[in-house]
This record gives sequence, C-alpha cells and structure tokens, in this order.
Amino acid sequence: MQQYFEVRWHGRGGQGAKTAALLFGEAAMETGKYIQAFPEYGPERTGAPVKSFNRLSDGPIRVHTQVINPDVVVVLDASLLECLDVTEGIKEGGTLLINTQESVNELKKKLAKTEGYKLAIVDASKIAMELLKRDVPNTVMLGAMVKVTGALDWDSALASIEEKLNSKFRGRKEIIEGNIKAIKRAYDEVKVA
Amino acid sequence: MKILAKTGNEAMAYAMKQINPDVVAAYPITPATEVVQIFSNYVADGEVDTEFVAVESEHSALSACCGASAAGARVMTSTASQGLALMHEILYIAAGNHLPIVIALVNRSLSAPINIHCDHSDTMGSREAGWMQLYCANSQEAYDSIPIALKIAEACGVPAIVSTDAFIISHCMDRLEVLEDDEVQKFIGEYNPKYFALDLENPKTYGPLDLQDYFFEHKRSQIDAFSKVLSTYNKVAKEYEKLSGRYYPAVEEYKTDGADVAIFTAGSTADTAKEVVDELREQGRKVGLVRMRMWRPLPVEEIKAALGKFKAVAVMDRSDTMADFGGPVFLETRGILYDLDKKPIITDYVYGLGGRNVEIADIVRVYDEISEIAKTGKVKKLVTYLGVRGEE
Amino acid sequence: MKDVKVECQRLMDWQELAKGCLIQEAATSRHFKTGDWRSLRPVWDSEACIQCLFCWITCPDTSIKVEDGKVVGIDYEFCKGCGICAEICPPKASAIKMVREEK
Repeated sequence: MQQYFEVRWHGRGGQGAKTAALLFGEAAMETGKYIQAFPEYGPERTGAPVKSFNRLSDGPIRVHTQVINPDVVVVLDASLLECLDVTEGIKEGGTLLINTQESVNELKKKLAKTEGYKLAIVDASKIAMELLKRDVPNTVMLGAMVKVTGALDWDSALASIEEKLNSKFRGRKEIIEGNIKAIKRAYDEVKVA
Repeated sequence: MKILAKTGNEAMAYAMKQINPDVVAAYPITPATEVVQIFSNYVADGEVDTEFVAVESEHSALSACCGASAAGARVMTSTASQGLALMHEILYIAAGNHLPIVIALVNRSLSAPINIHCDHSDTMGSREAGWMQLYCANSQEAYDSIPIALKIAEACGVPAIVSTDAFIISHCMDRLEVLEDDEVQKFIGEYNPKYFALDLENPKTYGPLDLQDYFFEHKRSQIDAFSKVLSTYNKVAKEYEKLSGRYYPAVEEYKTDGADVAIFTAGSTADTAKEVVDELREQGRKVGLVRMRMWRPLPVEEIKAALGKFKAVAVMDRSDTMADFGGPVFLETRGILYDLDKKPIITDYVYGLGGRNVEIADIVRVYDEISEIAKTGKVKKLVTYLGVRGEE
Repeated sequence: MKDVKVECQRLMDWQELAKGCLIQEAATSRHFKTGDWRSLRPVWDSEACIQCLFCWITCPDTSIKVEDGKVVGIDYEFCKGCGICAEICPPKASAIKMVREEK
C-alpha cells in the first residue's frame, strides 16, 4: 500500500487546530506534495477537545478514511493530556509534539504510553503571548512541527505560510511578521527529549 | 493548469463561479453551507454576474430556481440531506418541466436521529424524481463533474445532482487541478434554451393541469428524455477529457481484468477501496473494483458488462431501503443482472451510515468474504450490516 | 380562429407532444368554449343596468363584454352560467336574471 505521512492535531475549540492542519497542508502542497487536511466534526464549542488531520504523499491520495496511526501527533494544549490519550495509535518511531511549559519528566507521568516514539516539547503559548500578545499556539507550532518531523523543506514551507497569512490578514504587517517570527522561534526552541 | 488546495465544498463553489450561472437561489445547510456561503462571497465581490436569491427554505430555493430556469436562465443551487428532502416536491416539478437545474450536493444522512455526517440516504431517496445523479469519489471529481453535469442537463432537458460525501470530501482539503475560467465557459457554451417563459414574442405556459388523457404521455416523453442522458454523458465526458485530461466513465472498472470477485460501490469509499485492491493484488488475490458514478439514469449495459464477468460481487451500499432486503444499489443491481445467463452471486454490505468510518480492514473483510463465497458458492448472509456494533 | 378542439379529437402519441406539457401558444383558453356547460343563462337588461361593473369584475370567466367602459352584453361562448353576476348585481337595479337554458 502507498506510504502516507499522517498527522493528528489535538486542540481545544478556538485554538486553531483546524487552521493549523489547513496551513500545514497548503504549505506541504507548495513543496510539491499531494495533501489532505481535514477536521473531525462533532459538537465543537470553544474549549471542547477537537481533532484535525493531515495526510501527505508524493502521489495522488485515494484513501478517505480517518487517520488511525499517525506519524506525528501535535498537542496544542497540554491540559488535554488529563482527559484523553494523545498517544493512541501513534506509529512506531513516530513523534509526539506538545505545547507545554512542563518538563519531559512531568509530562511522561501523564502519558499512557512513553516508549516507541519521539517526544518533543516547545512552549508555544509563551512564544505566542510574547510575540502575538494572545495565546494562539497553532501557527507557532508549525515551526516546531517542521523542525522535528523534517517532513517539509523549511524555506518553502515558511514562504507558503507567509503567503497564506498575507491573504488571511490582508497585509496587516504586525500580525504577519509576528507570526513568522514566532514560527521561527518555535523552530529554534523545540526540544526533543 | 493551476493547482489549488481546496476542500470539496470550495471546489464545487469554485466550479460554480467559473460557470457564472444567471441565477442561484439557495438556502445553506450543513455540510453544504460553505458552497452557498463561498458562492455568495463571489457574488458580493463581483466575481460573478449571478443574481443570488436568498430564500427562507430549500423548498423556496428550488422553487425560485424552477421559476428562473423556466424564464430561460442558467440556474444552479446547493443543498444536503434535510434540504434535499424539503426540496423533494419541487424536484419532480423541475424534472417534469425539463428544467436543467444543477444541484451541487453534499450527501448527508437524514434525521432521525439527527446526524450531520455522510451517507447516501438523501439522494437515494430522491432517485425516482427524474434527476441525473453523479456520485463523486473526491473533490477533483466533484469540481470536474459540475460543468459536465450542467452541459448534459442543458443538452437533454434533465436536471442534475452532483454529490460528494459529507465531511470526508466536503471538508477535506485536497490538491485540486482547475481549468481556466474561459476554458470552462467554452466547454459549457452559451445557454440558449429553445423555449422559455419570458419570451415576450411567443409566450409560453409551464406546468398546466394535465389529466388522464395526456399526463401519462408526458411522463413517457420525460422518460424518453432521460434515455438520452447516458449517451450524451459518454460524449460530454470524452469532450471533458480532451480539455482536462481527466476521464470519468459512468461505471468505472478498476483492476477487473482476471478478477474473480469485485466490490461495487460509490463515493469516497470507492477511492479507498482502490488502495485495498492494489494491496490485495500484490498478494496475488484476484480482486477488482467497480465504481458506480452515475446512478440515474441507470447505466444498465455498462453495469452488466462490468459485473457480469465475476463469480461474486459485493455491493457496498451507504443507505438502506428499509425493505428488509438491503440497500438500493444492491436491489437495483440484482434487477439489472437478472437477465444474464451467467450471473455473479451478489451480496450486500450496508455500511457507513451517519458517517461511520469505513476502515481499510472493513474493505479487506468484504473481499475476504466475497472470495470465500466465490470459492464455495455458498452465501451465509445476503445482507450484512458492516461496522455496526452487535452484528457479526 | 381555427377550432383546435376539433383538431384534437384524435389524442396525440407521446412522441408528438411538447416536453413537459409546455403550451407554446398564448391565450389557448380561447379555443376552449365552455358556454355549453351552462344550465342557467344570465340575461342582461340594458335598460335596468346602472353600469356599476360589479358583474364584470367578479365574473370568473371574463364573460361580461365591455366596450368603452360600459357593459354591452354577455359572452355566451364562454359563460358557464355560474350566476355570480346576477348575485352581485345591486338589488335596486337587478339587471341580470338567471333563466333556464334551453338548447
């Protein structure tokens, strides 16, 4: 069967898990990949746990099932560790990336499974608060994501994200520049345990 | 060729924009809301010349579409599920008056219980209304099918529904190859209806009372118009292939050469099943896939030719007839194959109701069971409910 | 005007029909004379008529003939004899009376 690179994003309603998947998907497409980006729809409300997904490939993607065994799991809000198993189905040798201010040892106590994958952490909320003045970790996490997975070419991914932000925020410079700066900082600050 | 990242809904709205219809009357409903919303943005931004009619229900939406179409306009709308159900009465009126309206539809289950996710109950429940039906496997196909459907509808005087799977396609961002606006315009051509109500020199009456003496004759002529849809489809699909390089047969065969068994299904599941076929073929298994894309009119000869050669066929139905005898694709396929001298054993798998995820393992199981049936000739269960708790 | 009713004595086959029962000619109801449905016949008295035009506005079959704003008679080719005109005619005038139709 064709090999896919699959991602699962965990967030809370309003944190931009869907937008993150869409941005990541579009950035991947700009680098020549075939992509899927889709949210899981349920009774979403601000604060409710939500998921979204990516599927990437070098050829056309025909599979339309849910992502069961992701290569990468990204957690936008570490408080989700208290209420769900974010390691569920994670592929052997995959990556779990968490936005947190806690240490790896503290985190491991909350995870159902601690072996068989790579754990990476970054304090994206802090970066967002400092550079964007709001706790919106989704775009920030893209930087860490690209770094730890090596799934995309950094320069073209960054260019694509900048372009998307440009059209989304209609040229509002301080927001776009702040986001790009934050993404770069997450790229630099992400730590692999 | 331009490549864009778009969801199924965005792709259908984009195709509508390139068509630039005269009138769109629509009422938003999950999961087709975005089609209406995005298209109304195009209207607000002046990217289309369309008269957008905001209405208070789907019943009104399709009624307004009928009026506009009878008046001679090129007309489109979009809906899903309960919306199509509320249009049901007017579906027959559009079809009976030969009004070539196109609906960009998202397949969603029907209440009760309330659910917003994918199954094919909505369009399958409307299959007798006289609309051409095309079920799409992905957003590329949904995009491509909109101009194809419009062209056939206008050529045959038959309205058309183009549908995609709720959320699985409608909300999944995918890589999309699009045509240039003028290529689409040239493909669909100018709409010059032979008759239209707002012809002031030669006024017409649409929809008069028609009783025992003539109603049946008019219905017979409606069926005749429908009988021309498939041949027109084949021509138009070839024409579109020349333009885009993408060809969509009414009934698609995938790796059926030398296959003993096949799954016959529609929508996104057919796309997923292709991956399963590839995998099983690599293991040396003689399995194939037949995808039904057009389900109204029924491509009878194509289905006979595609399915007649197998020992056993498993239909995968994403809706049920409540006849206690399986789904609609199963029942109609059995009817089509009845006249064959040598016909395959056919069983039914009703699956994915209300958006229940269909996994690779589910499809593999169907191939395993149908292969066993082909080997032994014994059917343990004619209709299986796949992926539902409490069932084997 | 040609009598379509006579032409239509032979019911057409489906292949001969316009799609969707589309009527391609305007005012075809003129071909359909409903006057022979009548069992009661309105008789209009021009002397008694006060020209209020109530009959003209209420007649469901536009069978009150009017010229230059004045009632001049009744169109018996289309009048079905419903009697609304006689009913609406003001009692002080009573210009329309229904009588038994004799053929």
